[in-house]
Amino acid sequence: MKKSIPTLFKEGILINNPVFVQLLGMCPTLATTTSVMNALGMGAAVIVVLAFSNLFISLLRKIIPGEVRIASYIVIISGFVTAVELIIKAYFPAIDAALGLFIPLIVVNCIILARAEAFASKNGPLASFIDGIATGIGFMLALVCIAAVRELLGSGALFAASDGSGGVQIFGDWFSPATIFLLPSGAFLTLGFLIACVQKIRNTSEERARIKSLEMDAIEGGYHATLMKDPATGKIIRRSSYREPVPAEGEPTAEELELLDDPEIPETSAENNEKGAE
Amino acid sequence: MENIFMIMFTAILTENFIFSRFYGCCPFLGVSDKPSTALGMGMAVTFVMTLSSAATWAVYHYLLVPFGLEYLKTIAFILLIATLVQFIEMFLRKFIPALYGALGIYLPLITTNCAVLGAALVNIEEGYSFIESVVFGFSAAIGFTLAIVVFAGVRERLNFANPPKAFRGFPILLISASLAAMAFSGFSGMKF
Repeated sequence: MKKSIPTLFKEGILINNPVFVQLLGMCPTLATTTSVMNALGMGAAVIVVLAFSNLFISLLRKIIPGEVRIASYIVIISGFVTAVELIIKAYFPAIDAALGLFIPLIVVNCIILARAEAFASKNGPLASFIDGIATGIGFMLALVCIAAVRELLGSGALFAASDGSGGVQIFGDWFSPATIFLLPSGAFLTLGFLIACVQKIRNTSEERARIKSLEMDAIEGGYHATLMKDPATGKIIRRSSYREPVPAEGEPTAEELELLDDPEIPETSAENNEKGAE
Repeated sequence: MENIFMIMFTAILTENFIFSRFYGCCPFLGVSDKPSTALGMGMAVTFVMTLSSAATWAVYHYLLVPFGLEYLKTIAFILLIATLVQFIEMFLRKFIPALYGALGIYLPLITTNCAVLGAALVNIEEGYSFIESVVFGFSAAIGFTLAIVVFAGVRERLNFANPPKAFRGFPILLISASLAAMAFSGFSGMKF
């Protein structure tokens, strides 16, 4: 199960986005998206924990016995969470005050345990490390999307600091902020609408793929009057522009090849010879 | 005594674990499809959360503080909760099979429920005494159960609704949760 680095990034960020597609880690997603800065802080903390816990779980995957693996994963994860928590407390006290208990609660974030169980326990250290970073970036981008909507509609500004000061005023004085978006019910509402958008996009692309595969069936089955599939290249071409490939000089023609493939011909001729000798 | 009632009221309604603090949203959105299942999960959480609040308080104040190891509380608590859940599971299976039959399947899910670890950490953060911690754990879990059971009732009705295709499943669930959260945020006006 080898995957290249770009594939890992594409899967972690887009195809298997932990929040919008896999619907994991809802608690921090709902709680820490009141402002873009909080979302960035939470996302960065999760990236670090996810990358390093994936790396170490992958390194230890052959040593950890299967029966106690979940407990071992939790111990590894909580070690990194504690380290990140202490670093944030020491260097970014504003973020610590805004995120509150959600930094230690990364321990029980389902995304991290899910990646440990589904990826790091089966893949090499480098791939696991990159998968952790990619999934973490996917998580952070999702948080920033939600936070941008909530902060913009709830306060009219973006990138305000955790205490509400500063920030870029996007809307002018005419805008009266809808505080509900900063309240818990606004979190559920925004996430609901964003996931609906993602489902709409996925439904549309699935529908397109379905129509395309139906068209291909029609072309290959010969139901499509003017289109067909070029047997040599696999591309779709017009029937009128298709020509049988002409064999070059010296090469056997299609009929000769068929004769060579047919095993019965030499036998019958041998029988005929025998009959003739008798 | 007044203090105890205030903690209970705040934990159940004003700062409801799901609708105001967002602890335990995963089981809230995952297990709440039938009121009976939701009630089973809620009871299992109440049982574990009350016990774990007591146990984590004792470990923090009698083990971590004397040795100056407060910074290890996350690791210590999660291990304690995991052990406790395992222990409760074995105990119930052996001695109270009827209760095990009712709660058994929900117990393994509780280890990774952030409400349980969240309650333990809030107890330490707020500096509650032993009795206050146990009361807080119990009433926060009652608030969790209330939210999850009420929402399961809403969700049963949603099965017969016909939302636009893109909103089917999770999005419509979140939007109804938003309305429920709005109702709960009405309690935040009540101050003592």
